Amino acid sequence: MTDSRQGGNPRIALGPVLYYWKRETLLAFYAGLPHSSLAAIYLGEVVCGRRHELRLADWVALARELAQTGVEVVLSSQALIESESDLRVMRRLAGNGEFAVEANEMGAVRLLAGKARFVAGPHLNVYNPDTLAWLAELGAFRWVMPLEIGRDALALLQGSRPAEMQTEVFAYGRLPLAFSARCFTARHFNLPKDDCQYRCIDAPDGLPLATREGKPFLALNGIQTQSAQIYDLSAALPELSALGVDLIRLSPHSSGMNDVIAAFRQGCAGDAGGLRARLDAVRPAAPVDGYWHGKAGIDHVAA
Amino acid sequence: MRAARRKPRRIQFSTPKINKSFRSRDAPLNAVPELVCPAGALPALRSAVDNGADWVYFGLRDNTNARNFAGLNFDEQNAREGIRYANDAGARTILAINTYPQPDTRERWQRAIDTAADLGVDAVILADAGLMRYAARRYPELALHLSVQASATNFEAINLYREQFGVRRAVLPRVLSLAQVEQVIANTEVEIEVFGFGSLCVMVEGRCVLSSYATGQSPNTAGVCSPAKAVRWEPEGERMNVRLNGVLIDQFESGENAGYPTICKGRYSVAGETYYAIEEPSSLNALELLPQLAAMGVSAIKIEGRQRSPAYVAEVTRVWRQAIDECGAGRFSVKPQWKAGLAKIAEGAQYTLGAYNRKWK
Repeated sequence: MTDSRQGGNPRIALGPVLYYWKRETLLAFYAGLPHSSLAAIYLGEVVCGRRHELRLADWVALARELAQTGVEVVLSSQALIESESDLRVMRRLAGNGEFAVEANEMGAVRLLAGKARFVAGPHLNVYNPDTLAWLAELGAFRWVMPLEIGRDALALLQGSRPAEMQTEVFAYGRLPLAFSARCFTARHFNLPKDDCQYRCIDAPDGLPLATREGKPFLALNGIQTQSAQIYDLSAALPELSALGVDLIRLSPHSSGMNDVIAAFRQGCAGDAGGLRARLDAVRPAAPVDGYWHGKAGIDHVAA
Repeated sequence: MRAARRKPRRIQFSTPKINKSFRSRDAPLNAVPELVCPAGALPALRSAVDNGADWVYFGLRDNTNARNFAGLNFDEQNAREGIRYANDAGARTILAINTYPQPDTRERWQRAIDTAADLGVDAVILADAGLMRYAARRYPELALHLSVQASATNFEAINLYREQFGVRRAVLPRVLSLAQVEQVIANTEVEIEVFGFGSLCVMVEGRCVLSSYATGQSPNTAGVCSPAKAVRWEPEGERMNVRLNGVLIDQFESGENAGYPTICKGRYSVAGETYYAIEEPSSLNALELLPQLAAMGVSAIKIEGRQRSPAYVAEVTRVWRQAIDECGAGRFSVKPQWKAGLAKIAEGAQYTLGAYNRKWK
């Protein structure tokens, strides 16, 4: 059982892998993590129900292994549920009885409400204290702030957050900006979604999309559209700490994640020395932090 | 003729399950969906009502609604006048309060609910759970419609809002195929409203922050997608560049049809190929699916376009009214004059069935 907020510096959570990686790649990634640096790991397929390198039973088996390292494991639900087969997976996930679930849409909330404590994921649109209080009553013990709001809104929400509610903030990685019924990876290859040939497995960090003048803008990850740039709140760690944020979420990409985790661990310990340079060396794209400062997400404010 | 036909329907409107229980003297042979039409301002509201809308929906002049555009929407006096006009003709009204209350200004959203109750609208469209709770507790008689911005794409999600707040009707995001719509209807008591016509959101509504990524403003927070003040048309020789807060959304050669720039309908470069990577500038037109939607028990068809002109509202409402009436009489086929009428007001160069057609995905 997760205890209440602990105060002090934020701890590190590793978000779910949003891409489609090969089974052995996924298993090697999770086995090679610096587990003692992580407070929580989110596991599961959030983007597309057609992806099957790991199925729910495999995720649960992996969760058991990881839990033995002492890290809190949370199973994340799919963010867009359309079909009955999506619902079947979600019902099994919600009823797993072993691990907490991150609800990424309201259907999952219905299945969990009053039955199991859950994490209110970043796609639930929790923009105000009333909605947060409602989710707390239904059993949420943690919420992940929506991507597009920043420190001023968070300060107000923190001021009135329900007792025992933990706050997590997406702090590093490509931002999952949108979900669609359409698969943009399949579209790129002129394939119908129903016969997508799982081409997203060849793009372990999504397909980069640039404007017609060659500026990186977005990344296509199946039905999800991400930012091309890396959201990076490393410079805001003192603010996150001061606002009482319990966890910061690092969203995995395919290379150098252990270096990213090490850098954030240093930053979370209050040591900002050389942090920027450490991250510059491993960040796969330019940093942005506009949302945190109440600006366009693509803006970069931190010096 | 319309007024004469609609008068008796008004009396029947007190039952919650309108189109399943409703029968009047000139009732259709087949149960048909109600027609829900947009009103950006009073002239459009009159156009909708005059051309046979069963419902009109409108917003207040601020960011409590998802068409927060300059020169659009209603103040209280306009709203009273519009509601009277609609009710006199037997049509009903909905106030859209379909953005997410922000923590520092949430009283504005609660006041909008108070205003809705005071004005006597027949329903409010809401997206935010906290606001639904406020409305359900404070005004239990006020009918709640779940906004498409709430992103409820499956019956479990819709039933949560039913159980928690007594939501009466839900508008489905434009992501479900016909078979998926049918499955939702089979598993909920909540009336289901679907989009029939208008601008096409490619993304799950309420789950898209592309606009704020480029501009800082999104439908969820500011009630706008691709805000006009961030748009720049920039001639470059024979070519026209269009930018959103500096981000190049597309370039048009002379003679190319240039639509309003939303991120999802721009041309970009992916792996060396420049194309509409997300969606072409197309609009939704599900008119040909009307008999199927009616047969599966869709309660209402929504027309998008509070930002469009009264002429647009008049034309779309007129065509869909005729189509629904024909459908009810059991003799539906898409008429050439309907196609011609809708072609006149097409936003982009083409129409699509969107996600209703599985192949679109």
